[in-house]
Amino acid sequence: MSVNVRIPTILRTYTGGQAEVAAEGATLGEVIADLEKNHTGIAARVLDDQGKLRRFVNVYVNDDDVRFEQGLETATPDGAGVSIIPAVAGG
Amino acid sequence: MAVQTVATTPAAASAPGTVDLGPASGLSCRECGTRFDLGPIFACAECFGPLEVAYDLPLGDPEALRRKIESGPANIWRYAPLLPVPADVADKPNLNPGWTKLVQADNLARELGVEPGKLFIKDDSGNPTHSFKDRVVAQALEAARAFGFTTLSCSSTGNLAGAVGAAAARAGFRSCVFIPHDLEQGKVVMAAVYGGELVGIEGNYDDVNRFCSELIGDPLGEGWGFVNVNLRPYYGEGSKTLAYEICEQLGWRLPDQLVIPIASGSQLTKIDKGLKELIALGLVEDKPYKIFGAQAEGCSPVSTAFKAGHDVVRPQKPDTIAKSLAIGNPADGPYVLDIARRTGGAVEDVNDEQVVDAIKLLARAEGIFAETAGGVTVGVTKKLVEAGLIDPSLTTVVLNTGDGLKTLDAVAATSQATATIAPSLDAFRSAGLAG
Repeated sequence: MSVNVRIPTILRTYTGGQAEVAAEGATLGEVIADLEKNHTGIAARVLDDQGKLRRFVNVYVNDDDVRFEQGLETATPDGAGVSIIPAVAGG
Repeated sequence: MAVQTVATTPAAASAPGTVDLGPASGLSCRECGTRFDLGPIFACAECFGPLEVAYDLPLGDPEALRRKIESGPANIWRYAPLLPVPADVADKPNLNPGWTKLVQADNLARELGVEPGKLFIKDDSGNPTHSFKDRVVAQALEAARAFGFTTLSCSSTGNLAGAVGAAAARAGFRSCVFIPHDLEQGKVVMAAVYGGELVGIEGNYDDVNRFCSELIGDPLGEGWGFVNVNLRPYYGEGSKTLAYEICEQLGWRLPDQLVIPIASGSQLTKIDKGLKELIALGLVEDKPYKIFGAQAEGCSPVSTAFKAGHDVVRPQKPDTIAKSLAIGNPADGPYVLDIARRTGGAVEDVNDEQVVDAIKLLARAEGIFAETAGGVTVGVTKKLVEAGLIDPSLTTVVLNTGDGLKTLDAVAATSQATATIAPSLDAFRSAGLAG
């Protein structure tokens, strides 16, 4: 499954400045693993020491917050848009 | 015109280390402690944690600092030595918010079973756009000037949109603000009247917030100062002024108990930060205080986590009349839990009916017409007193963060004319209203 991942500004040092990159994977967890293969270091910014999503990271698959879905097990259908967004905004 | 000159001059001094934001010395990650130069950034590049302003505070002579504050203007700039703003901030065009009334609420105290003289309402409806948001926007405006932005923006549940629109108008900035499309009419009008652009987003606040977070990373948002996104570390500091004012108005004393509404949780965390700073500076006695958070049942992710003993906050889909608190995914929720537990406080919620009852109780008892968020804090205070969690013999300060005129719909159905009569004494007598 090929998906399009929107990269927040603070992670663009890992993607050569690109705001969007392509990645492969049937689930969000697989997509992040694939990102790590091509952009070394990015997974450690998004995941904590236990391999879970950091608490100040929001990830959306298409328009759905994965915390309302299955977290890292959330399916990422072919052509899906994945957005990684800092959670510390708003209020 | 001088106003526009100040507001639109690009910040020549925006290079790292040369920004003049008074005692602010840098940004620090609240999660991992990584330090960053002052700049329009809000999330830690290491762990995504929230960045907050670090200071070189004026330690050493509390009496001199107290005198300086007391001789300052009757607005938040009396606390400029403790805020991320240049020393001459009071001379720049802004709304000069703050120094709102701390009302000794003896009538309400009697209704709630609190000892006379012990209950106070910090009534922030008295700010220029009638909510506490003027405090935080004033800080963000100074940061926007320092970093050379000329457009002010935000995601808003309503009050913030009005505060940004007004501040931008005064300072000569362009504004473009984003709100959920279905807000109360009063808040829409108050946001639009200042002449900036107001954009309704088809979704709830969390959708608006997500949109703005994506816009900030896109060339479309380049050069924009989003007060609660890329300027959020500075913006949040404005809520510290509530802590400063409450203590100064109590005669430089800490309250024993505070009841604070929770939307993102930023205000509650910054009030706690402000209280701790006053203790560190020697301006108040170092003694325990309890912080209580207040939510509406229809959007209660933090109180749900508190009651369940969790230290993470599971997002909710909001459904409440308290729209200014309707943030289902609160950025500072985990810190609110930490503070409530550290201070021995609690986080509680009330349903919409209780919110309406509390708005009317406060109005009837004290002549203060609060917006729904104020109904939430008063309603939660009542609940906590009844539960024995708030000690009625100790000093308690309850926040009202906005004006009831913005949320008329909440009470309109049950707040109507007592009678409609002909203009005659007979009719008045017949209606049974005499005496």
